[in-house]
Amino acid sequence: MIFARGLVKRFGDFTAVNGIDVEVAPGEAFGFLGPNGAGKSSTMRMISCVSAPTSGELRILGMDPVRDGTRIRARLGVCPQLDNLDPDLTVRENLTTYARYFGLSRVEGRRRADELLDFVQLSDRAGSMVEPLSGGMKRRLTIARSMINEPDIVLLDEPTTGLDPQARHLLWERLFRLKQRGTTLVLTTHYMDEAEQLCDRLVVMDGGKIVAEGSPRSLIETYSTAEVVELRFPDGLDLNADYAAKMSGIGERVDPLPDRVLLYADDGDAALTEVHQRGLTPSSVLIRRSTLEDVFLHLTGRTLVD
Amino acid sequence: MLTTLAAARSMRASRPGLSTTRVGAVISRNVGALRSGPAYWIVLVSGFFEPLLYLLSIGVGVGALVGDLTVYGRTMPYAAFVAPAMLAVSAMTGALAETTFNVFFKLKYVKTYEAVLATPVRPVEIAFGELTWATVRGSFYTAIFLGVMVALGLAPVGGALAAFPATILVSLAFGAVGLTISTLMRGWQDFDLLTTGQFAMFLFSGTFSPVQDYPAWAEILIQITPLYHAVELVRRLSLGVYGPGLLGHAAYLLVMLAAGLWFAARRMERLLCP
Repeated sequence: MIFARGLVKRFGDFTAVNGIDVEVAPGEAFGFLGPNGAGKSSTMRMISCVSAPTSGELRILGMDPVRDGTRIRARLGVCPQLDNLDPDLTVRENLTTYARYFGLSRVEGRRRADELLDFVQLSDRAGSMVEPLSGGMKRRLTIARSMINEPDIVLLDEPTTGLDPQARHLLWERLFRLKQRGTTLVLTTHYMDEAEQLCDRLVVMDGGKIVAEGSPRSLIETYSTAEVVELRFPDGLDLNADYAAKMSGIGERVDPLPDRVLLYADDGDAALTEVHQRGLTPSSVLIRRSTLEDVFLHLTGRTLVD
Repeated sequence: MLTTLAAARSMRASRPGLSTTRVGAVISRNVGALRSGPAYWIVLVSGFFEPLLYLLSIGVGVGALVGDLTVYGRTMPYAAFVAPAMLAVSAMTGALAETTFNVFFKLKYVKTYEAVLATPVRPVEIAFGELTWATVRGSFYTAIFLGVMVALGLAPVGGALAAFPATILVSLAFGAVGLTISTLMRGWQDFDLLTTGQFAMFLFSGTFSPVQDYPAWAEILIQITPLYHAVELVRRLSLGVYGPGLLGHAAYLLVMLAAGLWFAARRMERLLCP
């Protein structure tokens, strides 16, 4: 569906995407993860054929986005990072108008609009203007809009950023159904739980490059341990680095943070026993499974990027 | 860097032909806005009254003090002189309001066009669609205005029919330039410049007094600006004063139309498809 080799996007002197290779298979849910400024959105814009690659090869649905942009876009659904719904139109008109851009007849546009409003549970708001809708409703409408042309690929740029948990779960459930119908999903996110929920496969981007690739499970296995022990000490703050030094050799890796020490080990209980044996007495201990977040922070660092 | 620009430019510009279906879809979005609620109707209707109020206050009111006027070797009431100018002005303001205020808002603030460009629609099709709609709006004003002129005895029916196509050309020309202006605007403060320029043209383009009454340098300056040509074209046609000069005025407006569209399509592509 999507094939990229050595894809580069530069804006003047700034390199947003620095030579990435990506392949997405039909029916797959593929994720781009990365901190802000990693090049996810620039990549998405190239895939959605609104931004020409600076260099490298890009094929979408077997076509060249520079030559066949119009034909490719006819088969894509795009859900941008910021809602750009039309505030001058009603909820339903937002969908029927969008259908016209794809060359669908009015009758067909209305049929699909009603079907999609039902799918995203907005039928009762069909006649409302966009502005009074909640953030979650707008997001659902944007997703419905991206499906009006029955796309082969749906591109979602941070689909649930800024939504409350209820709205996120409803959205995930709808996206999961979409995937079950065989639609290929490509999404960017910096929510690790979202990536774990939705993605079959993902890449982690940092500084315009891909730093890791695989399924959520395989990434955890490769870049982290099965379990993580979180230890807090009463006099932590300044001394965490010293505590971490005393723990060296236990598990695979020790990571002192300002407020706690993370101990990466395949057997958390065994590691904790060893910590106690070394005479350390943490005030609180939490043993948990490793998550994608651990992988993410390990790969892209803890420094704030912007 | 050069190859980057070339690639970016060829992204959409090189595609052959213009799809009338997609241009039509851009237009039908505005029809949808009319269907969706009263907000847009208010904008549309209010835009019509300004030139009409000027016609009544200055053309008819001040005209009673001025008396008759002789232009093109003909003597006519002052209101009959002012009316065709107000007609040209309503074609201008109708189209400009649409392609500046509304297009700028959609371009910069609500990102309507970003959403549109995620579909098969191309920037040049947006430009054509918005210009067509702006011309429909301008022509809607001029059609009613011509009706008022005929009803008040300020133009013969034949003159009104001859002037109507000219007002369409005026709307197209100003609409196209308006599109370009929208792509160059930095923010709302720039609209003050635009409104001032528009008002200056409105006052001096042979609208309320013949340009021959100004000093020679002012007359030349006025003849460079676009509204003068629009007023001359529309006035001569509505009064039935034909001559080769008409072609010159029409040519000026045609060049405006072509240059405005070409530049607007390029700028939109650069802004929206970086």
